[in-house]
Order: sequence, then C-alpha cells, then structure tokens
Amino acid sequence: MNATTSGAAGAPAAADGGSGPRTPDRARAAAAAVVDPELRVVTIDELGILRDVAILDERAVVTITPTYTGCPAMDVIRADIRAALAAAGWPDAEVRTVYSPAWSTDWISPAGRTKLAAAGISPPAPVRAGPVPLTLLRTRCPRCGSADTEQLSRFGSTACKSLWRCRACREPFDHLKAL
Amino acid sequence: MAQRLGEWAAAAPEMEEDIALANIALDQLGAARLLLSYAGEAEGAGRDEDALAFLRDDRQFRNCLLVELPNGDFGQTIAKLLFLSAYQLPLYTALAAGPDERLAAIAAKARKESAYHLDHGRMWTIRLGDGTAESHARMQAAVDAVWPYTAELFASDPAAPVDPAALRGAFDATVAEVLAEATLTRPADGWAPTGGRDGLHTEHLSFLLAEMQVVHRAHPGARW
Repeated sequence: MNATTSGAAGAPAAADGGSGPRTPDRARAAAAAVVDPELRVVTIDELGILRDVAILDERAVVTITPTYTGCPAMDVIRADIRAALAAAGWPDAEVRTVYSPAWSTDWISPAGRTKLAAAGISPPAPVRAGPVPLTLLRTRCPRCGSADTEQLSRFGSTACKSLWRCRACREPFDHLKAL
Repeated sequence: MAQRLGEWAAAAPEMEEDIALANIALDQLGAARLLLSYAGEAEGAGRDEDALAFLRDDRQFRNCLLVELPNGDFGQTIAKLLFLSAYQLPLYTALAAGPDERLAAIAAKARKESAYHLDHGRMWTIRLGDGTAESHARMQAAVDAVWPYTAELFASDPAAPVDPAALRGAFDATVAEVLAEATLTRPADGWAPTGGRDGLHTEHLSFLLAEMQVVHRAHPGARW
C-alpha cells in the first residue's frame, strides 16, 4: 500500500520537451497520451480512465478513475501521468482519483476498441446495448473474427479480463469483461 | 475476506480458479482500502488505511465472523463467497443510493464487482450441488457449516447508514433461488454466533491478523 514507483516507462516524452507554451491543451494532450501499463496498446484516455485535466493556480490537476477498485496498476498510472506532465512543462502535477460515476467499459473509445482487438484482446460488448439482446452480441475471436467462441475462465490475467478460446481457429484470447 | 481468498492462490482445484479467487480478493481488498481510508478520515485522528488494517489488534476489528472463518474445503469457501456476495450486493446497492456521497461513490463501484462475485459463487454452488453424489454431499455440508454465521450479517443496527436487517429479504430470495437450482437444502435457523461487530471474534481472526500484520509491524514505515 506504500508502493512507490519510478516506473515512468509508459509516459511518452513530450515532442518538444519542456520548452513549449504551457497551455491547458498541452497538459491535456500529455495526460491523454499516457499508456495503460497493463493494456499497453491503449492510452488511459482511450480506456476512459482519464476524466479531466484542469489547471488550478498554475498547477495541472489530472482526475482519473479506476477500472476496478483493487486495480494494482493505479500507482503506476499516477506516476506515469506526473512524469508525462513534467515532461510537458507541468512539474508537480496533482493526480486526483474519483470513484463516481463508476467506470464502465462503455467509456472505451472506438479507437481504443480497435487497438485492443488488433492486439488480440477482444473488446467488451456494450453494457447498454439498446434494442439488441446481449446474447446476440457474441464475443468474437480477435484473430479470425469467428463468433464460435467459448469462455474458459470468467477471470483472467488482470482484474478487467476474462479468458476465452476460439473454436474455429483454436486460439485462446483475452476478453475485456463488460462492466 | 481478501486475506482468506488470497490463501487459495496456487492451491485452488484448477489454475483458472486460482486466478478467479485472487481476482475477487483484489476487488475485496480494493473496496476495503477505500472504506478504511474514509473511516480514518472520518475519525480525524490521523489514522490512514494502513494504520487501521495493520496496527489494530483483534478486539478492535469490527468485521462479521463469516469473513474470518478458515477457508475449509473448496465448497466451504464457495459457500462463504455465495453468502457474503448475496449480502454485499444489496448492501452496496442501498449505500449507492444513500445521502453520503463519498460512501455512495465507493458503493456504486463495489456493487458492480459484487454482482460478478455473486455470479461466481452461484455458478460453483450449482455445479457442485447439482453434480456428483460426492460433490453434492460436500456442498451441502459446506452450506450447513457456514449458514449459522449468516444471521449476524443482518443484525439490526438503526445507527448504520443502511440497517442490515433491511437486506435480509434480498439475501433470502437470492439464496433460496441458488440453493434450489443446486438441489441443496436451506439449513434450518438455529445457533447463530454473533459479536464480530462488537469486537468479539473467533480465535481464527487472531491467527489471520498475525500473518497479515507481521511484515508491516516488523518494518515500521518501510517503503518499497
């Protein structure tokens, strides 16, 4: 619980170092570009974890929300955000964590879903699917696209995933659980 | 509950179950951290989540007895999971609609996770209860062993944000449905141990805390 980390590996260096104008847009872009440490193909913005970036009294304040309450990646994400903002000219950024409204997989952006699928992680079905019954939205294999899939385990390598297998191409794959 | 479920890591009947129980433990730990942090702030005595988790002695813990019971066999762990999540789901649902915004936010988050835990407990209870003669007998024995500890969950406390007594109906309905599908019998109410919320625990809690707290106490203020 006291974990501290120097792991800023997920924080991209700002393209122009710390020398550009300190605009709110630039702070927002720096935070949005931070990569999720466990789903390394998507950014925290694409995942819907990033809720807000504000400038209060010359200081960047970034608000995030966890996917799951016990998500162990949160400490790394906070450190990465601070490192990314420092690189963009906002040293000493504050990261606030909010829990309401609770994160939903519906917040994952279309770009995020495409990237997850390309990395072999099948994206979640919409939680609020409207008129289409959820049972019709079969989990598709991210490799061959077949809907002939089966769940191997309701839990996976991280809190947000379950483990599946494609009966068509026989490959196992991760599926981001709809929440 | 997180500490107990963590004991299954690398010891569950199959690898998928190792991962499942560890994931549920992580959710329970996450909710516990948020609630302890809030409790520490509300108390205003400068205690944080670590102080409350690692520096209190057994008599100062206010948890229900059910969560401190030893894991027993896999069926008994599943019975505990089923009963606890069937209680936590309506509890968090009610807290999420309550006037305390901070508590409501935590509960809204934990509620989604509880629903998933309940699904897991339900699935295994049905699979074991409606399985072989051996699995049926052991699941029934597990339900019988844990059942007395469910009464304490619903002891009325008008001072609580949600009176636990009001959650009994939802719990009974869920449990009745699951046990029926699992071809198991709901045990008769009888002996109903209590006292956990007053700090009067089974001896199991002391051993659990000794293991959970030893590193923190041996290395005060350590960081990693």
